[in-house]
Amino acid sequence: MESLIIILVGVLTTVAIYLVLSKNVVRVILGTAILSHAVHLLILSMGGLKLGTVPLLGEEAGSYVDALPQALILTAIVISFAVTAFILVLAYRAYQELETDNLGAMRGSDDE
Amino acid sequence: MSLLIIAILIPFIATALIPLIHNRIGTLHIGWLVLLIPTALFVIFALQIPVISNGDTLIQTINWIPSVGINFVAYLDGLSLIMALLITGMGSLVVLYSIYYLSASDSFPHFYAYLLLFMGAMLGIVLSDNLLVLYIFWELTSISSFLLIAFWYHRKNSRYGAQKSLLITFFGGLGMLAGFLMLHSMTETFSIRETLSVIGQYTDHTLFYPAMFLVLLGAFTKSAQFPFHIWLPDAMEAPTPVSAYLHSATMVKAGLYLVARFTPIFGGTAEWFWTVTLVGLVTLLWGAFCAVRQTDLKALLAYSTISQLGLIMSLFGMGSAAMYFGDGEQGAFYGLAIFAALFHMVNHSTFKGALFMVVGIVDHQVGTRDIRRLGGLMSFLPITFTFAVIGSFSMAGLPFFNGFLSKEMFFTASVNAIGLPVFGDSAWGLLIPAIAWVASVFTFVYCMIIVFRTFFGRPQLKKLDRKPVEPSLGMLISPAILCVLIVGLFFVPNLLGDHLLRPALNGIIPGISGAAPHISAWHGFNTELFMTFGIIIVGTLLFLTFRSWYKIYLLQPPGWTFTALYNSYLKDLKRVSNWITTHYMTGHLPAYFAYIFIFFIATAGGALIFTGALSIDLTADSPISFYEGMLVTAMAIAAVSILFAKSRLTAILLNGVLGFSIAIFFVLFRAPDLALTQLVIETVTTVLFLLCFNFLPEWAKEDSAKRIKIRNAVIAISAGITVTLIGLTVNSGQSFESISGYFENSYELAGGDNIVNAILGDFRAFDTLLESLVLFIAGLGVYTLIRLKLGKGPEKDEHK
Amino acid sequence: MNINDVILKTVSKAVVLIILTFGIYLFLSGHNQPGGGFIGGLVIASAFVLMFLSYDSETVSEALPIDFKKLSALGVLLAMLSGVAPMFFGGAFLSQSFGYFDLPIFGKTELATVTVFEAGIALTVVGVVVNIILSISEDE
Repeated sequence: MESLIIILVGVLTTVAIYLVLSKNVVRVILGTAILSHAVHLLILSMGGLKLGTVPLLGEEAGSYVDALPQALILTAIVISFAVTAFILVLAYRAYQELETDNLGAMRGSDDE
Repeated sequence: MSLLIIAILIPFIATALIPLIHNRIGTLHIGWLVLLIPTALFVIFALQIPVISNGDTLIQTINWIPSVGINFVAYLDGLSLIMALLITGMGSLVVLYSIYYLSASDSFPHFYAYLLLFMGAMLGIVLSDNLLVLYIFWELTSISSFLLIAFWYHRKNSRYGAQKSLLITFFGGLGMLAGFLMLHSMTETFSIRETLSVIGQYTDHTLFYPAMFLVLLGAFTKSAQFPFHIWLPDAMEAPTPVSAYLHSATMVKAGLYLVARFTPIFGGTAEWFWTVTLVGLVTLLWGAFCAVRQTDLKALLAYSTISQLGLIMSLFGMGSAAMYFGDGEQGAFYGLAIFAALFHMVNHSTFKGALFMVVGIVDHQVGTRDIRRLGGLMSFLPITFTFAVIGSFSMAGLPFFNGFLSKEMFFTASVNAIGLPVFGDSAWGLLIPAIAWVASVFTFVYCMIIVFRTFFGRPQLKKLDRKPVEPSLGMLISPAILCVLIVGLFFVPNLLGDHLLRPALNGIIPGISGAAPHISAWHGFNTELFMTFGIIIVGTLLFLTFRSWYKIYLLQPPGWTFTALYNSYLKDLKRVSNWITTHYMTGHLPAYFAYIFIFFIATAGGALIFTGALSIDLTADSPISFYEGMLVTAMAIAAVSILFAKSRLTAILLNGVLGFSIAIFFVLFRAPDLALTQLVIETVTTVLFLLCFNFLPEWAKEDSAKRIKIRNAVIAISAGITVTLIGLTVNSGQSFESISGYFENSYELAGGDNIVNAILGDFRAFDTLLESLVLFIAGLGVYTLIRLKLGKGPEKDEHK
Repeated sequence: MNINDVILKTVSKAVVLIILTFGIYLFLSGHNQPGGGFIGGLVIASAFVLMFLSYDSETVSEALPIDFKKLSALGVLLAMLSGVAPMFFGGAFLSQSFGYFDLPIFGKTELATVTVFEAGIALTVVGVVVNIILSISEDE
């Protein structure tokens, strides 16, 4: 199962990076969203999958799945939401001010 | 919670409260409330005098990051006490003075907030036993000094001076930090007291001398020692109370404090002795020499401060010889210099504080401090004139003022230094008293300039903005108190000597209290007294004939100053970095991404292959059930379809498919917290995308050239393969013991059954805290971006 | 955004209440069951978002006079202060403690300082998420 998930992570990463390298702002944003999905899955599979029960001690099971990756992912999910929101708004405001969504056309002026 | 730590915290708390209080107190000047703080702290510290002069010390600890030895340890000994009294005492006087000095158009809350911030940071420096805590407070004083110099930020010179002081003191501060870290790597402790007790074993360590010079770099930049003195004259753009407080009485003495504190650690070596003494003497001479040519009274005082700081620095250098000789009679003989340094440090604060306030009064009352426009003010400002005479004559080292006593001790120390064995029989030893004497002659000359050029001669009332009259009584109180101290200390110096200076000397080098003499004004006709006579005679002659020899200053070519060097360095730095940057910063985002990913593939993938780490082992995998396989396939198809989506709505929905599938995986992989979070986040994200797409143009077809598309595909696929290989390799080998078992004790350690939650809220709460901060900043960023409307109108004021 | 949809408005009235209750339940149960500051905060935030989506923002702002920017700042401050507090009792920064108490109605109950910290996190999350959505939707 772990290997399968890791291969899926590879596919997601490829798609995400291809999108990120695009000139179109919206594609870049979608790419970063997918990249964070990939990273979450990667972290989770690093702790081993399905090796025990849910990490709640109330279950009184013999073994629990690794809780540390879960804690890391929980923070990562919230952060990636904030970052996605930020770049979405950045893109939208840049489109308003510069009237283009083409990254090739969005260059700083020379006197900066 | 303990006294010392509260004392450090009070100014910081007050800083935070000032903006809240300011709007509520009506017409009352906020300075009166602020005044309570340094005064109360002064009383608190004054009450410690009996304890400390008994030879006791106070130590109070709050754990901060105990696992790496960084704790908030407040330590009060004689040296800290004398500094703390200076900081709070001068602080009270300066705040009182500023109430009358500032004009109604200035922003009081900013001024007092910065001032209190500085006061707290400065107390932190002198009371910290932990080197890293000391460093943090050290940089805080630099920052508050920056803010205060730039207080009138609409002036170009203020901004320039503020930047200069910040760059130079930060440069030294970073060096000092490196020195501290080197010390730590030798001694494995950040505590100054512990370092003291073990440093003896490390004098042969290769890092010993680098650490010493880096610490000195911090001290020299902060205390404006040659050639780093150039920031201090430009710092005079600050309001005069600030100059009196930060740039003469306290902050610039932080470097002296550091040298004193580190004397028992590094002192006793020839390198320390020579570096500190020579840098001090050169600064003393150069500062005094430059002061004479100044026409702005404040610039004159700035150079005089540089010179006096050099004097004290050289005394600490000479006194470090006592470390070499130890407790005996010889140690006491040379240790006198440290006593003199401490004494002069106090005296300098009194007379220089008074003089700055006098200059502030002159500036405030007549609108200029240019001595070419001043003159004959004696009859208009008789009280101010008296203060000026007392302050200047004390600085010149004339009798009946405290400066005389410490100046005589300085001469004694410099004459003593001739006999140091390091000189052998050569005449080099004479250099120290010789430089001291020449510098003192110039000191005498500029002191006379302050008094005579400003207050004697013909009044030039036409050149003044206002008719000179004495200021309100409130402005005179602070300099009056300082003048009383100047005269009082001359007559009862031993009150200070026995209760503060001797304990401070004990704090620096324990066991040589024999070096603390009974201070008396009259020693008979000895060398020191004749040196003073010589200064008065030669100095008077030079002052009277100033016009005939001032051309000596024109010998220095205009471009050959350290300030010019500093300016051209900054200019070149900008030019070169600009040149480098323009070569790879194309302004094209996809190019930057390409750099990043190629770098990732090269380093991570390269390391994987060349270190032979690559290994794939599928035996430990858990079994795959049918629907899990289906889900994986569905996700892969959804992901690839995004690339070929015709409309952006399809793309968003496909992204949603990915998000919700991951939520299902989280359920399958026993992560209920994650599943819940992912579900909600995915919903909110989709709403967000739909909202924003309302405003964005329709999804354009990817119209890049085929060559670029292929390049992108190659980068993307190689990155994907690299990630997969890394993942598989990590998965198949167990290189390290898992740390996760520890967290399964969450019920005993954190009182919670939910391990994930216990990690977030307790074990790794710091991560969570910072994360909420990131979230908060992102939220603010979104809000600001939306509200920020880039005006295309004309730029504001000074750029016009 | 004015969505004049009667069904949506009617349903969301009921649903918002359920979501809010669920959010608060998740927040409180996080110590021992799935849940906690993040999730609780997110669920509460989504309830607010639903309100803003089904009604126009003026109506909601009148009924709910909360400045969500300040709410998020308050959350960060609360979390930070809950970390500083133990330093005054000799603990390290952010060290949490817990104890068991006999309360009148609830019986033997566990009270933990981590709840204060989590509340800070939850407030931050609510403030930020709602603020982001509001900023975008209010922009003309």
